Amino acid sequence: MSRIKTAFATLEAAGKKALIPYITAGDPQKEATVPMMHALVAAGADLIELGVPFSDPMADGPTIQLACERALAHNTSLRDVLPMVAEFRKTDNNTPVVLMGYLNPVERMGYEAFAETAVAAGVDGVLMVDLPPEEAVDVADFFKTRDLDMIYLIAPTTTDARIEAIGKAGSGYVYYVSLKGVTGSKALDVDDVARNLDRIRKHVSIPVGVGFGISNGETAAAVSKVCDGVIVGSAIVNLIATNAEDSAAAQQAVSALVNSMRTALDA
Amino acid sequence: MSTNNPFDIDLPDARGHFGIHGGRFVSETLTAALEELTEVYEKLRDDPEFQAAFDKDLAHYVGRPSPLYFAERLTEECGGAQIWLKREDLNHTGAHKVNNTIGQALLAKFMGKKKVIAETGAGQHGVASATVAARFGLECKVFMGSTDVERQKLNVYRMKLLGAEVESVTSGTKTLKDAMNEAMRHWVTNVDDTFYIIGTAAGPHPYPMLVRDFQSVIGREVQRQSEEQIGRQPDALVACVGGGSNAIGLFYPYIKYPEVAMYGVEAGGLGLDGDQHAAPLSKGRPGVLHGNRTYLMEDENGQIMGTHSISAGLDYPGVGPEHSWLKDVNRANYVAATDDEALDAFHKLTQLEGIMPALESSHAVAYAMKLAATMDKDKVIVVNLSGRGDKDIHTIAALDGVTA
Repeated sequence: MSRIKTAFATLEAAGKKALIPYITAGDPQKEATVPMMHALVAAGADLIELGVPFSDPMADGPTIQLACERALAHNTSLRDVLPMVAEFRKTDNNTPVVLMGYLNPVERMGYEAFAETAVAAGVDGVLMVDLPPEEAVDVADFFKTRDLDMIYLIAPTTTDARIEAIGKAGSGYVYYVSLKGVTGSKALDVDDVARNLDRIRKHVSIPVGVGFGISNGETAAAVSKVCDGVIVGSAIVNLIATNAEDSAAAQQAVSALVNSMRTALDA
Repeated sequence: MSTNNPFDIDLPDARGHFGIHGGRFVSETLTAALEELTEVYEKLRDDPEFQAAFDKDLAHYVGRPSPLYFAERLTEECGGAQIWLKREDLNHTGAHKVNNTIGQALLAKFMGKKKVIAETGAGQHGVASATVAARFGLECKVFMGSTDVERQKLNVYRMKLLGAEVESVTSGTKTLKDAMNEAMRHWVTNVDDTFYIIGTAAGPHPYPMLVRDFQSVIGREVQRQSEEQIGRQPDALVACVGGGSNAIGLFYPYIKYPEVAMYGVEAGGLGLDGDQHAAPLSKGRPGVLHGNRTYLMEDENGQIMGTHSISAGLDYPGVGPEHSWLKDVNRANYVAATDDEALDAFHKLTQLEGIMPALESSHAVAYAMKLAATMDKDKVIVVNLSGRGDKDIHTIAALDGVTA
């Protein structure tokens, strides 16, 4: 069984919900990323979404745009991110890692070369925000044949027909974007998420994670009632930004936030 | 026409692809809006009421048809083929951009959207969008890189006079590509009530198709005017290519006639040998940006590169996907003119014909002058003079050391 499947199955058996933090690789320094990944796990993360920096992060708000800029200031590329996962795997063989980012760095590396290297490094899934299933048909096999999960987004605007198609095309989990907006937005409406999750569950049998607009334990706990996992990005990246000069302080601040969310989720 | 003409095909396909290019590479939230737009447009493109409204505004608001003008003295100067100019610079607002913004504003109106947004580089598309927003009573917000806001102050003021709000974008390279990123971000947040007027024949499907359709009035007029004024069709078409909307507008009706050569002129900047240019078709490779697959200027890791051109309107690392296809199938030739060549052409056309071209269009004039010299005197070149140069006077004055 894949790490992602195992993680969700174990959580379900324990009656728990997945806590999925996001960080941008190479932010603020390349050396900071792997220790931060371990700190996330120690603080209660079940799965890590590792952002691949891109020059034009169209779906992201200012927080993650700036994280990309910090990472790109010292040229953190996809070629650097894959060895980071390999390094992480040396001491953690259980926590699933999903690479999240935009298509062009993968397109440049080549789909087959990327899939090959990613699997060898211990990557479990890939979420490319500007690759919807329709455009993935020609390349999905490179991932599927290597048991790399293709994680797709579902949005409040997604029609039922598309939800069904995405449910079929995706594996691992689907990522429900809780609101119309970019990452780091504030106004998540829990009732609205609940209504849409009802709609999604009718067509999707794999776990559903919810992200966008979740920045504290309270919201995480409320949202987790209706889904299988909560994804937290900008709130963590903000702490990394404010502690950019001091990696120990950044780890401490991020661990405290993740820990408080873990506690809220498990309460 | 022979029946196996490889260029007599209807593109894009149903999913918006031109060969390997085009498509709809967007985050999920925008997909529904793009599907809706595609559906509405597919209906309206053959709707007599919509087409009549479009044609009426092109005639009485834009001032079409724009003239096809024989540049006799420029022709003499080059000593070869006849150079004819398609005078898009005489359109209302001074460029071809308005053909498209009229079309998209009408779409917004038919779809019941009250707010429009646009991205702009030089400010021409921003002005054209602000103009039609005023004309149709729509609320308008224009995203513009802070670098461009600084170097195109006059157009910023123009947009404000027209009632638009100009949002200065400070992310990334602070130019056109970042303005487009920010417009996409705004659209994803306000997708229910906002129509995004994309300024060039690029972006996610159906934009490259619908912008091309609205701009192809240029090529259709040239076909008719050539027959009437020259008695035959031209041997070569020349147009500048940034995103490529004026070029595709001229080229499109001619694609299936391979006897008419087509030249797209990219911004060669300081020269194609270095990386200070904006010539993805000449020097880039296919990748994915802003919703479509197309030739891009990118580094070895797939990061999008900053570009350089004397003309803000060509300062973009991508290009419309139909041009990428025309390149792949060898139907169009893509070449470049440097900053210096464009400046020289600006001065030549101004002095020989009394026509001040936009710096963007000056790239097309520069290449046409070179091309004309290699062709016989009975040959005909049509250059798309896509915009007028008033907006560039300050840039040119500064380069010539003139301070106002």
